Amino acid sequence: MNQINQSGWKPGTPVPADRGEEYPTVTGNKALMLEERLIFELGRTDTCGVDLPEPDPAAPNRLGKFARQQATGLPGLSEPETVRHYTRLSRQNYAIDLGLFPLGSCTMKHNPRLNEKVARMPGFADVHPLQPVDTVRGALGVINELAHWLIELTGMHGVAMTPKAGAHGELCGMLCIRAALEARGDARKVVLVPESAHGTNPATAAFAGYEVEDIPAAPDGRVDLAAMKARLGPDVAAVMITNPNTCGLFESEMKAISDAVHAAGGFVYCDGANFNAIMGRVRPGDLGIDAMHINLHKTFSTPHGGGGPGSGPVVLSEALCPYGPLPFTAKMPDGSIQLVEEENAAEHGHTETFGRMAAFHGQMGMFTRALTYILSHGADGLRQASGDAVLNANYLLRSLDDVFDAPFGDSGPCMHEALFSDHGFAEGMSTLDVAKGLIDEGFHPMTMYFPLVVHGAMLVEPTETESKAVLDQFIVAMRSLGERAKAGDEALKTAPHHAPRARLDEAQAARKPVLTYYTEV
Amino acid sequence: MPRYFTEEHEWIEVDGDAATIGITDYAQEQLGDVVFVEVPQSGTMMTKGKEAAVVESVKAASDVYAPISGEVLEGNAALEDDPALVNTSPEEEGWFFKLTVADAGELDGLMDAAAYKAFCESL
Repeated sequence: MNQINQSGWKPGTPVPADRGEEYPTVTGNKALMLEERLIFELGRTDTCGVDLPEPDPAAPNRLGKFARQQATGLPGLSEPETVRHYTRLSRQNYAIDLGLFPLGSCTMKHNPRLNEKVARMPGFADVHPLQPVDTVRGALGVINELAHWLIELTGMHGVAMTPKAGAHGELCGMLCIRAALEARGDARKVVLVPESAHGTNPATAAFAGYEVEDIPAAPDGRVDLAAMKARLGPDVAAVMITNPNTCGLFESEMKAISDAVHAAGGFVYCDGANFNAIMGRVRPGDLGIDAMHINLHKTFSTPHGGGGPGSGPVVLSEALCPYGPLPFTAKMPDGSIQLVEEENAAEHGHTETFGRMAAFHGQMGMFTRALTYILSHGADGLRQASGDAVLNANYLLRSLDDVFDAPFGDSGPCMHEALFSDHGFAEGMSTLDVAKGLIDEGFHPMTMYFPLVVHGAMLVEPTETESKAVLDQFIVAMRSLGERAKAGDEALKTAPHHAPRARLDEAQAARKPVLTYYTEV
Repeated sequence: MPRYFTEEHEWIEVDGDAATIGITDYAQEQLGDVVFVEVPQSGTMMTKGKEAAVVESVKAASDVYAPISGEVLEGNAALEDDPALVNTSPEEEGWFFKLTVADAGELDGLMDAAAYKAFCESL
């Protein structure tokens, strides 16, 4: 039973004062923007959306004790009703295919359609990880080829392709470091993490069994080298450093940091989530890094978020390669590609592996897309992509730093993202209000309240795939919102005024989440 | 009863051999709406300066550090059902945990109310 008035609106339903409407509709719909109920509230639980033939009463029932005792309470919806439900919901969503998605530290950039075309080729799309190896030589070739280019771009010795996302890659790198330390009988306990690192870094170190200690940031937003050197010692297993860091700055003392850590007998883990700012320009291997994950879903344009799974290969130094996970691909002298697993690891001299990160070979669908991105750009194209990403971020930084406070605006050019604080806003106005105002202006909000070292942080990452025209429109919107926040515009406190839903009670949703829907049947 | 404060925005109130610990009004103001609090179990040994509890708000997740060393006597069970107590009554009903005072000398380096107020104003 589909209902016209899906919003549940009826005469007398109170309308919040700030959402009063000059021309209300009886349905709650607004032209093509349709109100939509939960799927459980659509349809009826005692009907079925499709017509199935009556079961043959003579047919044997083999369910036995597994036969369902109670009705499921699921609504009966036909195919068109179901399709419309999800299509309507999707229209209330925001996506990179709709407009600028300036989430700092997430790198929401365009997913080239050429990637999609290649990933859908049957030889890549329809393979199964348990197929006989001889039937998937091409897919293994893709993994090996991508591994080669990741090693080439980073100047490292090897790469573990199996980790499924950035934080999974971090764990893989830290497990390599732990295995290397254990192999030399060195039970170090502490991992140092600078304040400018990604939040996942301390979590990974703790998960890998280490005690985490913070290293403060210097006033310019970079690692305090002196403080870090002072803390190094025989108990420090590794330093986890994000470069470029999450203040959007390049850690210019990276080589000195690596040298100091190595001199103290530790390893250097680099969070390479922001590699998109330095790709084709700096090789982490030249900076003394021992392990670094690469987010294929960021730097190499594969979809992420709701659009697809992450993929976080980890490049490794010569010192860590022997401990890398299985399986991996190896190119044989005759040019063929072998899959190295537990059974044949000894033949390849890989006997000290710490184990596996995943059941199979990694995110094949992301590998094909990332390799397509690399080969279609070429070395010059990748170099230009990182240059354009940095140029776009600096264009935003310098176009907004007279309206918004840029705490590290004097620390030299930013890398892939620009960072602002709420300093200078009128009493009672917050970063949240600016973010909500951006929704009214038709943009996805920026990352807010991260990194924690900046008060009321607003972290904006435009990426290289946005044109100057788009950036200029964003700048106009941001400048207006910044002026309103400074002037204490009360209307901003109740924004967004044009979205299907306004200020949802996030605190209540987190405190008392309702995770199941139950219908009496 | 004397009350002390840390630069990490915890307060500690000492009553003989026991102390009660929570986060300050300034801290809850900065965190915003608190949605989850994890307090230590009684019997846990705490070391001064180490993570003792976790507080999550709509903005961020933060560690709460033990201002002094000691053994946890009790965690505030009320926070499990009503984490909003940290917002509404941070320095009274929204306390995090109580512990024994292992070494009263560790209190020496902490701030009193006036010094903490000046510290917050300097931020």
